[in-house]
Amino acid sequence: MSSAASVIARDRADQARAVEVAPGVHWVGALDPGLRTFDIILRTANGTTYNSYLVRGEEGVAVIDTVKAEFAEDFFARLESVARYDEIRVIVLNHLEPDHTGALPELMRRAPQAQLYISKRATPMLKALLKPRDDRPLTYTTVGTGDEVSLGGRTLRFLHTPFLHWPDTQCTWLAEEGVLFSGDVFGCHHCDARLFNDLCGDFRFAFDYYYAHIMRPFKGYVVDALKLIEPLPIKLIAPTHGPILRDRPRRYVTRYRELSTPSLAERIDQGERSLIIFYMSAYGSTARMAEAIRAGAEEAGGIRVSLYDLEGGEIQPFVDLIESADALVLGSPTINGDAAKPIWDLLSSLAVIDLKGKLGAAFGSYGWTGEAVKMIEDRLRGLKLRVPVAGLRIKLIPTDEELEECRDFGRALAGALVRGEQGRVIDFADLG
Amino acid sequence: MAKAKITFTDIEQTVNVPAGTRVIEVSERIGAGIIYGCREGDCGTCMMHVEEGWNNLTEPSVLEEKVLRENMASRHDRLACQAQILGDCKVKPA
Repeated sequence: MSSAASVIARDRADQARAVEVAPGVHWVGALDPGLRTFDIILRTANGTTYNSYLVRGEEGVAVIDTVKAEFAEDFFARLESVARYDEIRVIVLNHLEPDHTGALPELMRRAPQAQLYISKRATPMLKALLKPRDDRPLTYTTVGTGDEVSLGGRTLRFLHTPFLHWPDTQCTWLAEEGVLFSGDVFGCHHCDARLFNDLCGDFRFAFDYYYAHIMRPFKGYVVDALKLIEPLPIKLIAPTHGPILRDRPRRYVTRYRELSTPSLAERIDQGERSLIIFYMSAYGSTARMAEAIRAGAEEAGGIRVSLYDLEGGEIQPFVDLIESADALVLGSPTINGDAAKPIWDLLSSLAVIDLKGKLGAAFGSYGWTGEAVKMIEDRLRGLKLRVPVAGLRIKLIPTDEELEECRDFGRALAGALVRGEQGRVIDFADLG
Repeated sequence: MAKAKITFTDIEQTVNVPAGTRVIEVSERIGAGIIYGCREGDCGTCMMHVEEGWNNLTEPSVLEEKVLRENMASRHDRLACQAQILGDCKVKPA
């Protein structure tokens, strides 16, 4: 924690009061303005929040998610400002990651009568968190889309939205107030004590950054979840991180729809496949191979072939291109027994996108050893790409015959793409 | 060696495999929609639904049965990282 951040953090205990976000719905979460790196990988310039909510019905109270363990004191102070522990009938866990369940064991100790509601996929995680024993059994209810629990005059309905961003994730809908408790969906790491999106500083970059790192690998599941979320008459979105979205909440739903729609969809004709070749070249030989592979692949028709010199571009836009492509072909010379560093930089940046179903291939010119092609192929397989055509290596400067081999390599890749294997029986041995 | 056909109905793709192959080995290479977590039968992430050929997969182990129960599996759900293909079957993500 930086010194400036620790000063901010020291002041927080005095501010621990609940904030009403809708009639009978209170924010009882915690502010973590000192955090600069979340989960090792995400940077945050002004910290984050752990949002927990309390819903009051005529027959009891529900607590929806808790906070990170270190912030339990703030959470309980805020909770106590609007409810007694013996009023809590329901605890809903929309997501069981420790930043939302850190205060759960103590909450269960203080409100032992409360029933836990979790998604159908959350049981193993709940058990791993709470470590039940024969003498200390665990009772809970698993719920899916359509299930509901009444608090008296108020009903919590559950939406099964798995893999956003863990298998256990779900959303909870309070129909009477139009409030969607969305878990990490629509969240971001942005800490502002003013809480509401119309009062906070500009957090648009944090919203997109969070999506890009947390939700993007699960775009297909985002789209499935949006089918459940979009029809709801939402007045307010209450996520587990960042600002509470009460001003035009539907904008954030629309933004998720935009971010989950393939960016190349309008550029690539219906049914056209996309093959992208990236290469590095020290003396022009691997570049010439790349040109020949492109020429071969283009002969097939029905394929949009793109060729890029990695030396001339930034990684991030290339990652975007790969996300929308059907095949990824990488060319590298071998330098001191390895592929060139930009190739590895690109290949180590693909964890944020879904690579399922894509084809991969590798090629390259080499001077004396030529290990790069095999190493790239192994990495592509490690990323779960299918490598249908064996890698192509050429020693030093390609001859006309060798360039024809390159065109054949391109033709073979195009064949694997255009044939599409739908409906055809593939042999296991050909899967690469 | 005995062969069997496994069809991933989400991507309409059939693969001819040697009997005894685990579903995970095929689905990852073909790009089917089943998602994997621990890959060792513990996390339940790779639960799949067997549409046809339920009896053409190896019997679930006691541990797999436990994980399936914990994940509220329906009758013909299995873990793709555990089930081995013995005969023709059709599967999709659960």
